[in-house]
Parts: sequence; structure tokens; C-alpha cells
Amino acid sequence: MNKVGIPRGIFYYYYKDIWTNFFDALDVPYIISPKTNKKIMKLGVKHSNDEMCLSMKVYMGHLFYLKDKCDYLLVPRIDNFKCNNQTCTNFLALYDIVSNVVDNPILNYNIDLEKNKNLKKGLYDIGFKLGKSKKEIKKAYKYALKEYKDRRKAGIKKNIKNLESEKIKILIVSHPYNTYDEMIGADIIKYLESNDIKLIYSDKFSSKEVNKLSLKYSKDIYFKYNKDNIGALKYSEDKIDGVIFLSSFPCGPDSIANELVMRKINLPYLNLIVDDSSGFAGMETRLESFIDMLGERHE
Amino acid sequence: MNKISYPLIGDYGVPAQYLLSHIFKDQIVVPPPITSKTIELGVKYSPDFVCTPFKYTLGTMIESADKGANILIQLGGGCRYGYYAELQEKILHDLGYDVKVINLITKGKPELKRILGSFKNINVKFRKSKLVYYGFITMKMLQYMDKVDDYIRANIAFEVEKGSFDLLRDEMLEKFKETKGFTNLYKIYKYYFKQIKKVEVHKPDNPLKIGVIGELYTLMEPFANGYLEKDLANNNIEIKRFTTATYLLLKKKKIMKRAFRKNKVIKYHLGADGADNVMNTKWLCNHGYDGIIHIKSAFCTPEIGAMPIISKIAGEKDVPVLFLTFDANTSEIGVKTRLEAFYDMLEMRKNK
Repeated sequence: MNKVGIPRGIFYYYYKDIWTNFFDALDVPYIISPKTNKKIMKLGVKHSNDEMCLSMKVYMGHLFYLKDKCDYLLVPRIDNFKCNNQTCTNFLALYDIVSNVVDNPILNYNIDLEKNKNLKKGLYDIGFKLGKSKKEIKKAYKYALKEYKDRRKAGIKKNIKNLESEKIKILIVSHPYNTYDEMIGADIIKYLESNDIKLIYSDKFSSKEVNKLSLKYSKDIYFKYNKDNIGALKYSEDKIDGVIFLSSFPCGPDSIANELVMRKINLPYLNLIVDDSSGFAGMETRLESFIDMLGERHE
Repeated sequence: MNKISYPLIGDYGVPAQYLLSHIFKDQIVVPPPITSKTIELGVKYSPDFVCTPFKYTLGTMIESADKGANILIQLGGGCRYGYYAELQEKILHDLGYDVKVINLITKGKPELKRILGSFKNINVKFRKSKLVYYGFITMKMLQYMDKVDDYIRANIAFEVEKGSFDLLRDEMLEKFKETKGFTNLYKIYKYYFKQIKKVEVHKPDNPLKIGVIGELYTLMEPFANGYLEKDLANNNIEIKRFTTATYLLLKKKKIMKRAFRKNKVIKYHLGADGADNVMNTKWLCNHGYDGIIHIKSAFCTPEIGAMPIISKIAGEKDVPVLFLTFDANTSEIGVKTRLEAFYDMLEMRKNK
């Protein structure tokens, strides 16, 4: 009965708090796919185009894992957040790709602020589609948004507080769907944390503040999430010891934006690109020497 | 004194040179034709997994800068193409060239204010009226070029005397460079189109027909696709291609709007030309084409997104699609083998 499947990839990391609270409040059952494991990865590689980026492959894996376990799949589309805040073209195409490779009914909404389509309208549509009344949806939306904002604020506060720490501080410049994914960034994060390093995440900054700061590095950039990342780097520039650029192979916007910033910063940096065939052993050596180098500079 | 240059896409260097040399009094540096040396240079200084047009254009820019150009004009598109300019400028600076890269289009939307402002920056004596007048002539020139090319593409495989189309076309482009005004341009076009139509072709009743779709740079720059269209013509195949400068600059918006209204395959734009290619696939399937070749440069994100949808549509209509990816060091032989097998397969299906 009306079970919604939420693939744990790409959009999930931006909207998980809103979605789960919204469905909880509406009393709609939902299932979130488990953390990425080898099986899901294999499924993803099998069902996606060879040249898709690793994050997309992971997403496809989650999608096919959920395919027979739910009635609806939740796949949104994000186009832009107004003036010069576009997203990667994968975000634009994902809904149409999914609707063409899977037969399941899809719950979809479109965020396109230039055409005045926002999250609120989208979630209302989904509520109606699931047969809920306007009053119920309004209440659920309000609740979900409040929870999301509270959590986000707390996350940002903690992240910024970490900037004042005495330990070695490294900024992870990456997208949340890479940083927190079990098969992409998790090993790297775990390794760094076990070496007593304070990590600051580029996605946990207030977008309002950081978005404009990106202009100091790049005038022309128009990718929203890369703008936030670069702005976060500008914001914390003087307080950190090093930067790690973490991207999935072959990420389009990252390839240009990160390269530009690498040529402009005066900090030690490490550029990690994760592939579906790369093991952690190779990464470990590079991380180890990077940490040693930072340690010596720190003293 | 400034020296202006631009990266190359196919033969569109002719209108570009015409426009720039008329609106600016500065010297124009004609970029050298793309060779394997150009690509080597481009690959050497580009980031690893940037898409191939970046490498091609960077290579051309370095070669133009070596010839003394200090202002380079970069176009731009809807994907990350619109963001090339800034990084290319930084790379060129790091290499020690004192150049300025000017980006005309970002985010896929030409902003008139931005273009005018950057032209004013190149030369203070720049006047808008000149841009309007010569802009329109250039636009017309592009349209004429594309019309002639469309005709040639459909017939070049069947010309009786090999090379007669190319000869006339080259002559026409040579004349286009010295166009004096609208009427003069029209006369040249009319004369040569007549001549081209007079060229003897021996077309069989039911030739193999292939539609070529894909990413714009790889489609329009023959060097980037290993002279694919020539290869098709040598195998007696009629070619249809949608992506031309006229289509991208003038028709795209209108056509896509209409196409979206009555299709059930996709709901949204896929970014850059992804949606266009999906629609074109549908058109080709419905108009009796024997096969489709989809070409793109490596790592072209919008096309990668469109590929599963294209293969699904074509699969439903039972039209074979060949997907080819061209990187800076794709070997021509490898591509040729795959193409040959594809032609043979189409031939066999047709004769069945």
C-alpha cells in the first residue's frame, strides 16, 4: 500500500530530513535503501552507462535495489536556484533517465526557481498524488521544513565551531553524496578521523553566506553546489591547514571548478578522484604522506 | 594594438573572421588548422577528465597565442562549455602568455549586454551599429552555408566525379570572405548553389540513410570525429545531420518548444543538446532512416544522460544505433572497424 522508495544517492543527501519527516507526518510508509555496499555497486555498474559518473552509478544501484520493494520511487529533478545557480546536467536528466529504464510509477517534483517551481509546490503535488488532504500536507510540510532547518543549523554551527580547533584541520571540498557515501568517501573520512584530524565539510556552511564568496575565486562560475564549495574554501581559508578535493570520476563541474581553484590557492591540497575500480590502499598512501606533511607544517 | 583570434569549429572560421575583421579595426590572427600537434598541446595542459572540446580549443588558443594573438574569443554553451573561458585564461597565464579570453555566452544564454560590454573592452572605438549590420550579414552567411551543406550531405555520396562538391564549396567559402553586402552575399550564394545543384549525381532508388546526432563540437569539427562524414560518403550512404550553427543559434528554442508539447518520452530538458538528440532520434526513426550514429566527446555529461533514452527509443522502433566516443587520442583505425561492421549490418538488414 503506497510504499515510497527513497534511493540513498545524490538527492537523498540534500533532502533526507525533509523527505523522511514529511512522510512520517503524512503517515506514508517509506523505505530507504541501505548504505551502499558491494552488491548495490555491482547492480549500479550493471544497469548504468559505462561513462556515467560514479555517483550516478551508485544511484542507479540503489534504484534497482528498491525496484521491486516499493510502489513508488521518489526521484526529483533540480534545475536551478535562480540567477547563475545551475546544477550539474545529471541532476536535470536523472528523472527522465529513471523513467525510461524503470517501469515503476515515480513521484517527481521539479525545482526550477527561474520558472517559479519550488520545493513547496513539489511536495504539495506529491502529497495530493498520495491521496492526502491539503490540511494534512500543509501541516506535514511545515513540520518537515522546521526539522530540516533546525538540523541544518545545528550542523553548520558544529562545523564552524570545528574551525577554531587546535588540532590539524582539513577542509573536505566535495559534494555530500560523495563525502558520506559508504563506497566513495566513507573510508577516507574514517582514516582521517582515526588519525586525529579535525575535518570541516564544505557542504555544511550557510549557502547564503558562502555562495557570494565564491566570486572571489571565480567570476564566471554558475554551478550552485560548486559555488558553495568554493565559497566555503574562501570562508575558511585562513583557519585551515590543508584542503582535500574529493570527487567522483568523471565529475563534470568539479573537473573545471576544482582545477581553477587549485591553481589559485596558497594551501597544501590533495586531489582525490574515486573510481569504481580504485581500491583504498592507493589512497591510504597518499593520505598518509599528506597528513605527515601537514603535521610538520603545523608544528 | 590588439590581435584577435578565436578557436575553430569546422568551417565556421570563415564567418567568424568576416565578422571580427569588420567590426574591429584590430588585426585578426587566423588560427592554424587543427592538427595532431594542436591536440597534443591541449592535452598536455588540460585537467585530466575535462571534456575533449576543452582540449581542442586550448590547443588552438596556444597556437594562436604563439602567433601573437592577445585577445581570444571563446563561445560557450549550456553545459560546462560556458565555463571554459575562465580556466583556459588561467592556464594560459600560468604558461606565461599575456592574453585575455573573452566568453560570449555563459549558461547557454547569450546576454547582449555582456557581449557588448566585452566588445567595448577590446576596442573603445567599437560601435553597436556596425555589429548590428555585420552581425546580420554573418547570420545570413551562416544560414546559406548550412543550406548548401545540407544539400551536399544528402548527395555527396553519389557524385559521379569525386570531389566536385568540395571544390565548389571551397570556392564559395573563399568568395564569402570578401563579401561586400547583403546583395553581394545573396548573389554568391545563389550562383554557387545553382552550380552545386548542377553537379551530376547518380543516386540509387533506395540508398542507405544514416542520421548523425550527438554533441555539437564533435559533430561540427571534422577533425574531432575522425572525418566520419567523409567515411560515410565513401561508403555510399546518405547523411542527415541536425546540429548546425543555424540550428543552435536560431531554430533550437522554437523547435524544442514545439517538440516538448507533443512527446511522451521525456518530460524535461536534459541539459545542453540532450533533449534535442532524443527528439531527433524519434524523427529519424519515423522517417525511414536505416541507422543512427551518435557521436560525442569523452566525458560529455548531457549526452551520457541522453544515451539510455536514445537507445530505448531506437530499440522500440528497431533502428540500430552506434554510439561512438571520441577522445583526444582515439585511434582512427579502431573507429573505422566498428563503422565498417555497422555498415555491413545495415546493408544486410536492408537486403533481407
